[in-house]
Amino acid sequence: MLFEALAIGGLGLASALGLGVAAKVFAVEVDPLVEAVEEALPGANCGGCGFAGCASAALAIASGKAAANICVGGGPEVAVAVSAVMGVEVIYREPDVSQVDCTYSTDIAELKFNYDGVQDCRAAVLLAGGPKVCEIGCVGLGSCVKVCPFGAIQIGPDNLPVVDPALCTGCGNCEKVCPKNIIHLTSVTRRILGFNADYNCLAPCQATCPAQIDIPGYIRAIGEGRYEDAVLTIKEHNPLPLVCGRVCPHPCEDQCRRGVTEEPVNINHLKRFAADYEMNSGKRIQPFCMPKNERKVAIVGGGPTGLTCAYYLARLGYAPTIYEAQPHMGGMLRYGIPEYRLPKATLDWEIQGILDLGCEAKTNQVMGRDFTLESLRQEGYEAIYLGVGCWSSRGMRVEGEDLDGVLPGTDMLIDRGNLEDTPVGDRVVIIGGGNTAMDCARTCWRLGAKEVTVLYRRTEKEMPANQIEIEEAKHEGINFHFLAAPTKLLGENGKLTGLEYIKMELGEPDASGRRRPVPIEGSETVLECDNVIAAIGQFPNLAFLEQDAEAKDLAVTKWNTIDANIDAGSTNIPGVFSGGDTVTGAATAVEAIGAGRRAARAMHNFLSGEEIQVPEDWVHGPKELPQITATPDAAPAGNRAKMPELSVAERANSFVEVELGLTEEMAKKETQRCLQCGLYCYRRKGQDYEAWKWERKENA
Amino acid sequence: MSFGDYMLFIVSAILVNNILLAKFLGNCPFLGVSRRMDTATGMSMAVIFVMVMAGMITWLVQYYVLVPLEIEYLQTIAFILVIAALVQLVEIVMAKSLPALYRALGIFLPLITTNCAVLGVAIININEEYDFVDTLIFSFASAVGYSLALVLFAGIRERFMLVKMPKVFEGTAIGLVVAGFLALAFSGFAGLVSH
Repeated sequence: MLFEALAIGGLGLASALGLGVAAKVFAVEVDPLVEAVEEALPGANCGGCGFAGCASAALAIASGKAAANICVGGGPEVAVAVSAVMGVEVIYREPDVSQVDCTYSTDIAELKFNYDGVQDCRAAVLLAGGPKVCEIGCVGLGSCVKVCPFGAIQIGPDNLPVVDPALCTGCGNCEKVCPKNIIHLTSVTRRILGFNADYNCLAPCQATCPAQIDIPGYIRAIGEGRYEDAVLTIKEHNPLPLVCGRVCPHPCEDQCRRGVTEEPVNINHLKRFAADYEMNSGKRIQPFCMPKNERKVAIVGGGPTGLTCAYYLARLGYAPTIYEAQPHMGGMLRYGIPEYRLPKATLDWEIQGILDLGCEAKTNQVMGRDFTLESLRQEGYEAIYLGVGCWSSRGMRVEGEDLDGVLPGTDMLIDRGNLEDTPVGDRVVIIGGGNTAMDCARTCWRLGAKEVTVLYRRTEKEMPANQIEIEEAKHEGINFHFLAAPTKLLGENGKLTGLEYIKMELGEPDASGRRRPVPIEGSETVLECDNVIAAIGQFPNLAFLEQDAEAKDLAVTKWNTIDANIDAGSTNIPGVFSGGDTVTGAATAVEAIGAGRRAARAMHNFLSGEEIQVPEDWVHGPKELPQITATPDAAPAGNRAKMPELSVAERANSFVEVELGLTEEMAKKETQRCLQCGLYCYRRKGQDYEAWKWERKENA
Repeated sequence: MSFGDYMLFIVSAILVNNILLAKFLGNCPFLGVSRRMDTATGMSMAVIFVMVMAGMITWLVQYYVLVPLEIEYLQTIAFILVIAALVQLVEIVMAKSLPALYRALGIFLPLITTNCAVLGVAIININEEYDFVDTLIFSFASAVGYSLALVLFAGIRERFMLVKMPKVFEGTAIGLVVAGFLALAFSGFAGLVSH
């Protein structure tokens, strides 16, 4: 017995000695840094970081292959402790949360693919877009539920995963295992810096919106009564929902699939409903903002694009200062859009919300007079955004333009913006067919003009003004002379008495696709009038550039707009960005808002010392995506909600807002008309799945 | 033995007498690390390495320590001790001299120290009275057979992630069913080699 014990003991001793000697001889120096990092990690070995245990994670952190904050199990305290060991600075970063992109579950997945002869979304992807990962259609495996180390994901009642944001740590395991690529890590900051890309599941409206708002998202939120969520969803891409809900020409509605067979969903007025809800609730719904970093950015111009750029920079933690030449903020929203369409009080409320996020506003500050690019740089502004807009009116280039009574179109609207009335006579003629012309005409009528006539050189069909504006103008008794162009302004003693115009006919289509008007010889007619207002286009006033030592090198196009990258706003001078009307020429508020956000994103890149990168695959418009031209079996949901309005009698001599806003009941009903489209699908009426399969079999 | 005999010996160890699917040794890591292909291949490499090393050292211990001292009945405890010490030793040496291999095998090396398949192969070597060369070949071939089964199984289980599975079959349940089918399939090799 003793012998055996000694033998085994000896064997053990020999092994131990061997190990001991080996440990001494082959001792590997463990980096004290690795040990210290391992000490700081929780030691739970959960694997959420993607490394096999805390020891390997510590090695990766110490060797610089992983960031100090990779530990998802320990939370921010661990990141702080590890950072202290590594000697790196701790900067707050918004935590990521998983988001499910798909709104369709297995129950209805197959129901929605029957269109254009293609039965399956994956086939449609291959036909229309080439090989790419289809984001559509959760298959309901629950792999994400199983893989979540924190129990944050459950399969919901409609067979789609539901993420509990309170439990989600943003480890990304679910994103890695999802076979259909429908669950993604996201954060508010990522979304506001994101572009709609062609691999996203985009509804046609969302792909059309120049501001890239998640339209189905906020309509769904309104339908479910989550009005705050709706407001926050809109504000991720558009800081001016009160404004846009009133004045946006809503190109999204032109693409609405509900519009294939009936009237499109009243998307814009739903946005206004959500925005009005916030204003009427008396409580501001402020969006998520990153902690302040006190870096100064200058925004020149307090219009929609400048406000948007300032808003997103403030949300990203910067300290933007807006320089506005006029006495009040708002740019063309205040000085171009009349009170009866966008009340000044509403605009002020919206602007105050943006300033509350940490933007400073300096009014009565004219570039070139009160400050220059050079002086801004000296004051410590690290980046500058030029959003000065289009403030100069184009002249008519006819004889007699200097007569008393001839007004440039925007001047009257600008005066109205400062709440000053321009005196007009009884008979006023407006030249032009755009929204500015409509605004001038309807403003003159409100200022007391008895007879307001709009002169446009083409027909009503070619008018660039919004249809609703033309209709409202007609309701208010505005006269229209189509196919007429001014030739001469007549006057006595320097005062305007009349306007001579020539009749036109439509000839061959020009470059813009509209038929070119051709004058009819000898058809000159005289129209007696007291005032003529030319509203035939605006262009940016860039005179300030010439007096500026630095800015005079700024590249300008032949149309007298600033030559800037449309996707990033960057100009030929590093650190100087531009967007909105200044770059595109006079356009819509929503386009200026889109440009403002894109520029804020590029400025964030620039200020972080990164290269300004524009995603190549971002969607500029619905034409870049496959189209669905029929919506069979779309569930009918009633007629489009009609906006309640003031009667014409109530509008005269008054600038009270004409449109009254949808009621809660109307808005909720309207949300039911939304088909909740994806890229290739839309919600169809609740057909029994088994019956449908059987029917297909019978037909085959 | 001739070359042909060796080939037969190897094929028999890999396919016919597969250590996993015919002798049912080492089922714990077979189910444990077969969820993903990369861990399965990592484990396979470690098994091959350790099995060959363990086969050699236990053969030496058997014939130069246990037999001369006439304590063969302490075989199991002695083998466990020696294999554990050996793997630790190898790990220490490798961390210093072959850091690349050390990182590649990673945590799988200590994981299989006390694996029954490793001990099983060592004991089979002795029971079958193989000489040292046979021991080397048999250990290596058995380890290759183990790896083959593990990688096949991991490939199948990865595909299970993508199909809809009845709730009761999820996870280990379907794993065991598949292991059974694999074993059945491997038993088809039985006719290859006559015992």
